[in-house]
Amino acid sequence: MSAQTSGCGFLMSVVVHGDAALNEQEKELNQRLRRLYPAVNESETPLPRSWSPKDKFSYIGLSQNNLRVHYKGHGKTPKDAASVRATHPIPAACGVYYFEVKIISKGRDGYMGIGLSAQGVNMNRLPGWDKHSYGYHGDDGHSFCSSGTGQPYGPTFTTGDVIGCCVNLINNTCFYTKNGHSLGIAFTDLPPNLYPTVGLQTPGEVVDANFGQHPFVFDIEDYMREWRTKIQAQIDHFPIGEREGEWQSMIQKMVASYLVHHSYCATAEAFAKSTDQAVHEELASIKNRQKIQKLVLSGRMGEAIETTQQLYPNLLERNPDLLFMLKVRQFIEMVNGTDSEVRCLGGRSPKSQDSYPGSPRPFSSPSHKASSSQPYLTGYDSNCCNGVTSSKSHSSSPHSHKPCPPASGSTLLASDISLNGSRSQASLSSSDVDMEVDHFTNGLTQTSTNGFLNGSSKHTAEPDDCEADMEVESAHSKRQLCGGSQAAIERMIHFGRELQSMSEHLRRECGKNSTNKKMLKVTLTHNCTCVVMVCSYMYSLLQDAFSLLAYSDPWNSPVGYQLDAIQREPVCSTLNSAILETHNLPKQPPLAQAVGQAAQCLAIMARTGSGSCAFASVDDYLH
Amino acid sequence: MKNAVIGNNKQKANLIVLGAVPRLLYLLQQSSSSLELRSECAVVLGSLAMGTENNIKSLVDCHIIPALLQGLLCPDLVFIEACLRCLRTVFISPVTPVQLLYTDPTVIPHLMSLLSRSQRTQEYTTQIFSHCCKTPEHQTVLFNHGAIQNIAPLLISPSYKVRMQALKCFSVLAYENTQVSMTLVNVLVDGERLSQVFVRMMQRDQPIDMQLTAAKCLTYMCRAGAIRTDESCIVLKTLPCLVRMCSKEHLLEERVEGAETLAYLMEPDVELQRIASTTDHLVAMLADYFKYPSSVSAITDIKRLDHDLKHAHELRQAAFKLYASLGSNDEDIRKKITETENMMDRIVSGLSESSIKVRLAAVRCLHSLSRSVQQLRTSFHDHAVWKPLMKLLQNAPDEILVMASSTLCNLLLEFSPSKEPILESGVIELLCSLTQSDSPALRVNGIWALMNMAFQADQKVKVEIVRCLGTEQLFRLLSDPDTNVLMKTLGLLRNLLSTRPHIDQIMSSHGKQIMQAVTLILEAEHSIEVKEQTLCILSNIADGNTAKDLIMTNDDMLQKIKYYMGHSNVKLQLAATFCVSNLIWNEEDGSQERQDKLKEMGFIDALHKLTQASDANLSDRAKTAMQQYLA
Repeated sequence: MSAQTSGCGFLMSVVVHGDAALNEQEKELNQRLRRLYPAVNESETPLPRSWSPKDKFSYIGLSQNNLRVHYKGHGKTPKDAASVRATHPIPAACGVYYFEVKIISKGRDGYMGIGLSAQGVNMNRLPGWDKHSYGYHGDDGHSFCSSGTGQPYGPTFTTGDVIGCCVNLINNTCFYTKNGHSLGIAFTDLPPNLYPTVGLQTPGEVVDANFGQHPFVFDIEDYMREWRTKIQAQIDHFPIGEREGEWQSMIQKMVASYLVHHSYCATAEAFAKSTDQAVHEELASIKNRQKIQKLVLSGRMGEAIETTQQLYPNLLERNPDLLFMLKVRQFIEMVNGTDSEVRCLGGRSPKSQDSYPGSPRPFSSPSHKASSSQPYLTGYDSNCCNGVTSSKSHSSSPHSHKPCPPASGSTLLASDISLNGSRSQASLSSSDVDMEVDHFTNGLTQTSTNGFLNGSSKHTAEPDDCEADMEVESAHSKRQLCGGSQAAIERMIHFGRELQSMSEHLRRECGKNSTNKKMLKVTLTHNCTCVVMVCSYMYSLLQDAFSLLAYSDPWNSPVGYQLDAIQREPVCSTLNSAILETHNLPKQPPLAQAVGQAAQCLAIMARTGSGSCAFASVDDYLH
Repeated sequence: MKNAVIGNNKQKANLIVLGAVPRLLYLLQQSSSSLELRSECAVVLGSLAMGTENNIKSLVDCHIIPALLQGLLCPDLVFIEACLRCLRTVFISPVTPVQLLYTDPTVIPHLMSLLSRSQRTQEYTTQIFSHCCKTPEHQTVLFNHGAIQNIAPLLISPSYKVRMQALKCFSVLAYENTQVSMTLVNVLVDGERLSQVFVRMMQRDQPIDMQLTAAKCLTYMCRAGAIRTDESCIVLKTLPCLVRMCSKEHLLEERVEGAETLAYLMEPDVELQRIASTTDHLVAMLADYFKYPSSVSAITDIKRLDHDLKHAHELRQAAFKLYASLGSNDEDIRKKITETENMMDRIVSGLSESSIKVRLAAVRCLHSLSRSVQQLRTSFHDHAVWKPLMKLLQNAPDEILVMASSTLCNLLLEFSPSKEPILESGVIELLCSLTQSDSPALRVNGIWALMNMAFQADQKVKVEIVRCLGTEQLFRLLSDPDTNVLMKTLGLLRNLLSTRPHIDQIMSSHGKQIMQAVTLILEAEHSIEVKEQTLCILSNIADGNTAKDLIMTNDDMLQKIKYYMGHSNVKLQLAATFCVSNLIWNEEDGSQERQDKLKEMGFIDALHKLTQASDANLSDRAKTAMQQYLA
């Protein structure tokens, strides 16, 4: 260190530089680990990133971010051997795991052992000497497989050599590398959950680990490529034996049912025709569902509910929970300004549907500060597979908005008042959403748009006043509460109160019917049904929706994700499933179920130690 | 016709017998025929070519090749493709003489120009090239017609077949060809170096055939000196790839090719040998090559047995070759090889296998291992490898004789316990006959073995060697055009002329001829080494009791010795001084007279000069000699 000669400022800069280098290393590590082990879910099974200061023998010293290991014992006899394990065991979902150790100094005798051991194996030993412990030793080049006597394995290694250890979690074997050259299989039938381990035995021995901080000397990615190809070939060549015909018709059925489920009428019809299958639902019924789904996905919840009630008169009556859920969504869409009720109240709407109390007034809603134009994707569950990803194009949610130019001095003030930021979620439960809106015009109403793209020609044929509002988002669009209409806001508040009382009613019902504790099965990710107590679930649903009002800019608030168009999808699929159930059709298309099962199966494989899950991502097969 | 012959060899043969080929060729060549008809003819001919080797022969006899080559001049792509496809099928057959491609000098340039037409023309043309490039001349022809520039872009073709055939082309072009290899390293394909393109083709998710062929290309470029052995594309990519090819999970053919290519790659480089010897248990992995046909396959699966049997020889010879290459320099590796299960037994049985390829490879392996003093002393003796080796030397073809006799040379080294039994088996006659061979390599090995045999040998053996070889042959060898032969013959003489009684005895019977030969060599134009060896013989003669006189009475010879004492080369000076020192050594009968004679001839001055020599060895030797006078 040249700190003394170069003064304090320089030292500071060195430190800062060191931190930057450290961050850089951390970044590189994260990048490399993600690239090497994409199938590993680190929140469940973290990857080893350094040696563990807690899981080592006292003769072991750690430095350099717990990557450098040195020996600090007497080193007189094998009884002075000492080991250290990595912070975490190797997750099976790695498929193939690899780390390298560089011999910085062989010390007095070079009795270094590199390998693997299970948790709890004695650390006063070299790796390989005990049960569930495996090692390759530098002094004699022998491999030690849970035994005090080694087998001739590879060359010896010493100062300057880089030794790599690769665990294949598919066939449970391990091989080592020396300076980038594979030395061949050392161990077979390895148990799961092994930790990278090194052991030292004589003074002066120093080794550095590389868990991915730096590029590896050995081309591990090439080895992984080979195994990925092997696993994928295994899947591709999975024997189906005599049942080839059955196989094909089953796949066709799955595709057909999927198309029907999501109401792709024309496609489903054409597919069924060309594959010679019967469609188990009437075309009219499919079209009805399609209509409702389109409404939900475009955020027009009021109409969706109405249409459902028309077409399936008893459905929602029998399913108050579903109705409630739909209404909560409607409330959210009102906030969003996309629901038909508020849209029709919007200043831009030339022909207003005056079916609600309160006449439209040419008041614009106060503008709000926009901090970021990033679309919300939080809460979007990538596993949520209901096949309506294409619906994103129908989405009306404007993903970008610009801060509004200060049209008048009162703008900011207005926004503060209007949204009543001091009211917390708790106040909402009392249905006392007290919003004082300063009435003023700022002339921005004309530019605010909440038009939506539907793209469905059939849809436009429907008699609907709001259709006239179809327009493309203009560049100057900005999002305003309820589309910026005061009447709409009032309507929304009124609607919120209704919802509140509905919720209270539901809760009472729920409490009464203690013998009949209703459970709402909400279909979540792939066939994984999560049972939630209906009352509390509904309650939290409503609370979340109401909390949108607690923010001046709901879109950029922590609960803003609810406004994202993607959130319509679970609602849409729940409603669709409920309709299908009344027709005695499956709630979920078998194809989605199969995909879900496959993904789930991979997750279970990861948990039970089947490494091949690493190279069989479902996404690879969904193009 | 087309539909009748597809997949039916019998029908193909029938049509050929009925004379369909000339008729088809006639129609094909008629420019008045419609292109559809001509193309169909080419397709039918192509189908006939897909049949047996006899079919191909018939087609070639009907001059199908010039007709098809002529057809390539037509502008119609469909027709060209049909012709090329048929040509491809004919040329890849082993019965077709490849020379037919080169008889018309306009053919190769035209084929090159067709490379841009379509993926099919690319595939067929490159396939023809790679099968018809068998000699350095072929390589040069293709190279001169721009094969590299034309074919390199095909390495990134979207078609796997095209990529593969282009790659194969490069492997045959680069094989033992420095010019091609040197050009290849500088070629860029889409901005990337060719070696990097090959490295990408060796990635472990690529088809095995592609990995293997890419590894061959890099191996050949490396052996031709275009890529250094320590470059990462060789040491970290090609070598591990080839080792992988040797593993059990691959097809027998791939394992054979992998092992042979690897053997070739590392033959001259000890570092590569060391790395390979520790990579993926290669030495142990090769032991599996000897386990075909496996006992399991014999019982359960006749087809598999047949397949195994067909490849068993190839596998064994490939393994022997690779072992030979692995063990050619490093003592530790040799030890590891001989310690492999049943290794020596396998070599011993390999030496007497019916397949000449296996015998040759086995003896190469044995030769490589025989460079180890330790192995000569232990495993070689324990397994009596000399017995099959001696047997192999009877009536073997030259290539085997060269290897076997070279191995024998090592087995006859003084410390080898096999030396005695070999001597008793009547090897001298055999070796003497080798010295009369037309092949310089065999003459060297024969005389070398005799030289080793004569080293510190019994009088009896020496006499037997001289008797058997005959002085005439000995002198013939001393005028051999091959310096190696001359050197080893001198070495033999030197070994024969050691220990005083032997010297005197041999000189008394052959002294005249030997002195003549020595004179001749010293007077002729020869290298320093040869002269040194000759002077050493002279000093051995000077060490004899009676033999000394042959020098002392030969003033001419004494003048020569004196001349070499003043030579500019220290080694020659030293050898000459040795000779003088032996002549004037005290305590021997007549030493005084010899000293006097040499003094008269002015040797004292010469010696005195040498005592001042800067070379310590030489000045010491000269001082010792001077002391003889002082005593």
